[in-house]
Amino acid sequence: MTKIFEVSLYPYERSPDQDRVSPKRHPVVVIGAGPIGLGLAIDLAQADVPVVVLDENDKVSFGSRAICFAKRPLEILDRLGCGERMVAKGVEWELGKVFFDERQVFEFHLQPESGHQRPAFINLQQYYFEQFMVERVRELQAMGKPIEIRGGNKVVAVGNHPDHTHIEIETPEGPYELEADWLVACDGANSPTRRMLNLDFVGEVFEDNFLIADVVMEADFPTERWFWFDPPFNRGQSALLHKQPDNVWRIDFQIGWDIDREKELKPENIDRRVRAMFGPEVEYELEWSSIYTFQCRLMEKFHHGRVIFAGDSAHLVSPFGARGANSGLQDTDNLGWKLNLILEGKAPVSLLDSYDAERIHGAEENIVNSTRSTDFITPKSQISRVFRDAVLNLAERHAFARPFVNSGRLSVPCSYDGSPLNTPDALEGGPAHTRPGAPCPDVPLGDGYLLPKLGGRFTLLTINADAPDEVEQGGITATRLALSAKDDPSGALAARYLGEAPSAVYLIRPDQHVAARFPEYNDAQVRFAIRRATGKE
Amino acid sequence: MAKLTLTPNIDLPDDFYAELIEAHDGLTKTESDALNARLVLIFANHIGDRAVLAEAIRVAKEAG
Repeated sequence: MTKIFEVSLYPYERSPDQDRVSPKRHPVVVIGAGPIGLGLAIDLAQADVPVVVLDENDKVSFGSRAICFAKRPLEILDRLGCGERMVAKGVEWELGKVFFDERQVFEFHLQPESGHQRPAFINLQQYYFEQFMVERVRELQAMGKPIEIRGGNKVVAVGNHPDHTHIEIETPEGPYELEADWLVACDGANSPTRRMLNLDFVGEVFEDNFLIADVVMEADFPTERWFWFDPPFNRGQSALLHKQPDNVWRIDFQIGWDIDREKELKPENIDRRVRAMFGPEVEYELEWSSIYTFQCRLMEKFHHGRVIFAGDSAHLVSPFGARGANSGLQDTDNLGWKLNLILEGKAPVSLLDSYDAERIHGAEENIVNSTRSTDFITPKSQISRVFRDAVLNLAERHAFARPFVNSGRLSVPCSYDGSPLNTPDALEGGPAHTRPGAPCPDVPLGDGYLLPKLGGRFTLLTINADAPDEVEQGGITATRLALSAKDDPSGALAARYLGEAPSAVYLIRPDQHVAARFPEYNDAQVRFAIRRATGKE
Repeated sequence: MAKLTLTPNIDLPDDFYAELIEAHDGLTKTESDALNARLVLIFANHIGDRAVLAEAIRVAKEAG
């Protein structure tokens, strides 16, 4: 059977741009048709911003690669019109189990709160993820939306000019050139764009290797995340087991720093490890294997003149915590509406400074979390290992030690505290987790959920409060979503958005983060908040 | 805010000290290190207050 990742999904086709004498100017060119590049392109195209995606290949990712997608990215994908197909295909899981040596030391639930439309996590191979995004691109094209993927287009030079970028591209039929008002580099950890522009990517390399094996097998293990510290089948190291769709199981074996890569990747060696783990009789087929080392790195700035970086090209984290692709989609969610407003002349170019402020804050949070996980999983000193083992031994019997166990702090969206776009909190008694800068938590309403009703525009959410249906300020319209106690059968709306307050008015950004909140509608304050949220105050 | 207690606070200090040392009787260095680590974690959780814990770490580092 041909695997999806062996099929050409966007084969090279000649573009009329290649036959022009002078380079065609596009509003936005995206480099890289991975999850992040496609996510941004879909977002822009849905808002009628013309976008061209360039990729040197023509296929989805080879092997499963990123497999854990968290609730917030699924909510973003809902807005991009492809969340449902991801969730339908994906494997939902909420229970994680941690083993030490031969014993289970504890288990944890991922979703501490009910009343969210989307699950805490799904597992889905990156190739499906990209395939569903490409399907969405084709749907948008059928609707006449201005989006193009050009496979077999390799960017070989980038010029960053004050008001545009110049892009040199190689194709199977020779080179051509393009210009773009904005160039967004979603070209991955080894970003050629970053190298072409000679930009720093500072951080640390962790001296360890992990062997990934994706095996297809019929197994009746429950759909849970199992993590082993120092198991009998991989002494002194860790291991992780996850289920993906189609009976594909992801196994990660930690294998240490001093290894012979070629030898480790030999099928007979992987076979030895798999049989040590599941027993000598296990029947399986190896779908994909790889050895990875990991690094935590961060660009000093994500926005350089007319070139913007998003996803792994801008920041790298260890895989523990599933913070790579998940945070990349939050980058594009943050960037899309800002680029759109700038291109429409409704916001100053300086609005992009807030992309740096907010997403570098997010990346730093992810790096801190994933570095701590790594230090727990791979203790760097003898005393660090002594404490790690002490925690694991205590965790089996005593609840107090369980919060210390760190097999990956799984991706949650960050709050943009201190963002220049926030208006100071004016809602006395309002809950902390919906403060300005926070991502809106979902809430069940009588007829569905809150987040789909917020859509991708500025929203004035009123709860038990009056307000105009629309507020137009400097070309930007905030549309009212009026809710009251009768829409809140579960009480979650009041708990998550009112707290102690009897009423509230929230200004919510297109990326569903809170920009401002007030006890009631005040025209001058709301207009100020819209201006501030669009970089004009 | 609670403050780190640095004045005598344990009844019959000689008895407690002997109990602490005896807990390590017959243990190898590795086992003793592990026991100490478990004790530190149990004490730390009992104290709970982050400011007191930070102060304790500072005082311990200074005395070495």
